[in-house]
Amino acid sequence: MASKISLKDNLRERQIFFARALLLFLVALCLIAGLVFRLVQLQIWEHETYQTRSDDNRIQVQPLAPPRGLIFDRHGVLLADNRPISSLAMVRERVPDLDALIQQLASLVTITEEDVVGFEKRLERARRPFEPVALKLNLSEEEIARLAVHRHELPGVEITTELVRNYPFDGLFAHAVGSVRRVTEDDLRKLDEVRYSATRFVGKRGVERFYEQSLHGEVGYQRVEIDAHGRIRQVLDINPPVAGQNISLQLDSRLQISATAALGERRGAIVAIDPRSGGVLAMVSNPAYNPNLFVTGIGDEEYRLLSSSRDTPMFNRAINGQYAPGSTFKPLVGLAALSMGAVSWEDHIEDKGWFRLPGQKRIYRDWSWRVGNSGGQGTVDLRRAIYRSSNVYFYDLATRMDVDDLSRFAQQFGLGQRTAVDIPDTSSGLVPNRIWKQGAKGEIWYPGDSLNMGIGQGDLLVTPLQLATMVTVIANRGRWVRPRMLLSSDRPLVEFDPPRALPAVQGPTPEDWENMVDAMEDVVHRGNKGYRQNGTAWAHIGRGIAYRMAGKSGTAQVVEIRQGEEYDEEELDEYNRKHAWFIAFAPADEPLIAVSVLVENGGGGSSVAAPVAREVLDAFLLPQLANR
Amino acid sequence: MLAVLFCVIGYGLVVLYSAVDRNMNLFSNQAMRMGLALLLMVVAAQIHPRVYLRWTPLAYAGGLVMLLLVLLMGVEVKGSRRWLDFPGLPRFQPSELMKLAVPMMVAWYFHDRPLPPSFKDLCVALVIIVIPAGCIVLQPDLGTGILVAGAGLAVVVLAGIQWRLIGYALLVLAISAPWVWWYGLQDYQRLRILTLFDPQSDPLGAGWNIIQSTTAIGSGGLYGKGLFQGTQSHLDFLPESQTDFIIAVIGEELGLVGILTLLALYLVLIGRGLYIATQAPHTFQRLLAGALILTFFVYVFVNVGMVSGLLPVVGVPLPLVSYGGTSAITLLVSFGIIMAVRSHRGW
Repeated sequence: MASKISLKDNLRERQIFFARALLLFLVALCLIAGLVFRLVQLQIWEHETYQTRSDDNRIQVQPLAPPRGLIFDRHGVLLADNRPISSLAMVRERVPDLDALIQQLASLVTITEEDVVGFEKRLERARRPFEPVALKLNLSEEEIARLAVHRHELPGVEITTELVRNYPFDGLFAHAVGSVRRVTEDDLRKLDEVRYSATRFVGKRGVERFYEQSLHGEVGYQRVEIDAHGRIRQVLDINPPVAGQNISLQLDSRLQISATAALGERRGAIVAIDPRSGGVLAMVSNPAYNPNLFVTGIGDEEYRLLSSSRDTPMFNRAINGQYAPGSTFKPLVGLAALSMGAVSWEDHIEDKGWFRLPGQKRIYRDWSWRVGNSGGQGTVDLRRAIYRSSNVYFYDLATRMDVDDLSRFAQQFGLGQRTAVDIPDTSSGLVPNRIWKQGAKGEIWYPGDSLNMGIGQGDLLVTPLQLATMVTVIANRGRWVRPRMLLSSDRPLVEFDPPRALPAVQGPTPEDWENMVDAMEDVVHRGNKGYRQNGTAWAHIGRGIAYRMAGKSGTAQVVEIRQGEEYDEEELDEYNRKHAWFIAFAPADEPLIAVSVLVENGGGGSSVAAPVAREVLDAFLLPQLANR
Repeated sequence: MLAVLFCVIGYGLVVLYSAVDRNMNLFSNQAMRMGLALLLMVVAAQIHPRVYLRWTPLAYAGGLVMLLLVLLMGVEVKGSRRWLDFPGLPRFQPSELMKLAVPMMVAWYFHDRPLPPSFKDLCVALVIIVIPAGCIVLQPDLGTGILVAGAGLAVVVLAGIQWRLIGYALLVLAISAPWVWWYGLQDYQRLRILTLFDPQSDPLGAGWNIIQSTTAIGSGGLYGKGLFQGTQSHLDFLPESQTDFIIAVIGEELGLVGILTLLALYLVLIGRGLYIATQAPHTFQRLLAGALILTFFVYVFVNVGMVSGLLPVVGVPLPLVSYGGTSAITLLVSFGIIMAVRSHRGW
């Protein structure tokens, strides 16, 4: 071995090695210099860029949603508040096997297929890494507890909590107060980006929509230090959100409950107004829906049932249902004729049960007409025409007035118009006149059209809110108050910009108003007078009323009954039967409440709608009268 | 040399204490491993280089067998077989052993042959290098494979291979580069290299590591944010902050000054190591010490280059600082060997 080594030129090898080592050391120095150059570049020259980037990384400005303003009724009962709900969310990055985890979760809480589909949809959207994605909304207390117990077995599973709208009465005030819906992408285009940056719900209907700006409040911010998993490590500073305004409504929840109960299972609507202020005391549209369903997310199937139901629970009949007013229109026609001098309280006609226009064959019948029974009401003046609801009398009256004059007079009562102060999306109804008919139907106005209008049929359309407004004006003897929902608020509301006051109804004398109210009192109270002498509603509601009530029934045809045929309820499809109306106010001399009641396809106004109206008035007035 | 080593290790432990979020458990684990590694270093330093020379072929052959065993029956972790798990023995990576065994073997092969090496000797040396390196690349572990091959090639360069041949080799490498790019690399490997040039193309995926590490270093500035004050590392933005990316923690918390201090310490070690190598009386000792210290340098350069966004991300820890035992043991044993070369200058 030693000899082999001696063969090698050890000195030369050493020289080579030394040269190589030195060279490589220089190369190493150069490379290290390169690293140093890079480090100087990062840490000195571009330091500020990276400083900013590092801060952007860890400091996040998060918007804080303001708690939505509370809504109370006139007695301070909560109609809408906020409650915390907890959702089950997952951090995808921390879940190795998604399907297995979902399976495991499904054994602890109910997870529907819809939850999973929604989760996968949300998962596909762009998001930061480690951002939790909601799997199931609205966990129950029990589910939260069960998840908490198994938490250590469920990596990547988080429970998040947020405040959402809550309607303690479920469907009871759905149409009166309205509801909020989850903010959609469509909404985001319209809403203020900054104000709504943390908001997930926006008022979509009713009061919630009208007072959205005030109820919403002002968004707050917090600067937080977060880690790479998006979890907040500490809050650096906070600019708290300003809660939305609390508002009190004119609604009386006790009355709303009574009115809803009075309507029962029947489709229909009730609007009750305080004639002194115009405040809406109750607004019922039946069937209703549970607005809480829209807050926590409604299933597709459930939504389809709601929106396609023939009973249209989402439809607010009280403000959007447009129906012929039927005989409830007669007091207005009478007042119109009086103010135009077409008739006086003393004038009377002979009612034989039918009416024929001069020179025409068609016979217009009274409501009391039956096959084989002429049904005439005998001698009828205006007062009797009201409490007996004589069609023949009003046919005759209609021929004595120009339709355009009658139409203008009707508009003074708010028909064909939107008069509510703070109820959004009301329908305007329709008061026909010559120009309208020419435009809409391309026909001239026939005398027969006037006859139909004289008894509140034909093309005339009103909503329950409009009829309640009309009866309010009658209760006030022509003085106007606009219907309104708002009673009071802590501070003035930006939205509340009351429209100009409407002028009192022109035409009727104070005496006319009193006589008309008397006639409407007879509708309810005139009884025990014998065949065809009693008020139309007396037999149904007139007994044992502790106050004086003025009212008028109405029955609106849904389908036309041909000449000579009798209206036979049994033979008609339920949805083609007549609508029952009743309008009323009480006490007659010092009205505290005015109400309109509609029962869809209910039949006769006096027999079906009047008892509902009385229940409503009793519920409101009896406790007050007892206190006096 | 020992003093500088203690400086590096001490410095590393302080930084690691911050990087593990002052977790006493992890910290004492690492301190104990370092103690064990230092002990092994001392043992390695006592052994005469002659003994190393004698045992080299056996160590190499044993390492090669284990590499083959790994390919056949290794434990698969994250898609690659790198570990051997014999009952009763701690898990370990034969590729770590090869980091020492390959340069030793090449040095052994050259030690009794005339230098500069003949062409035939060169070919033999290349075979000695390529077989284990190939096995490691097949695991697949490209980073370690390249390091092992690099350590072997360092010996070849130190042995005095003609510059002409090095030039040819570089030429061949340049020509074959496109071929390697399209056929030799896996998709994820190509992605890592592409990411280097444009980290923002996928900031939350492949680019995340490099963006966060440069951000950490850059935001440190000249003096850093202060020990334990690094936001990038303590808020988990920085990945692998205890292991491969620990230099970014130094950069963020101790600034440019902190990194330069460490680099200076490394440089002293490298310089001293090369000096020891040049002073060694025999070829084997020279080549071995030189190769080991150059491997050490490659570690430093690749790691710092990768974390600062100059080189693609390969799994190379920062020598003597990163959390983990295997690499610390290999490195300190190699320093032990260098010390042995120094202290046993006689033959």
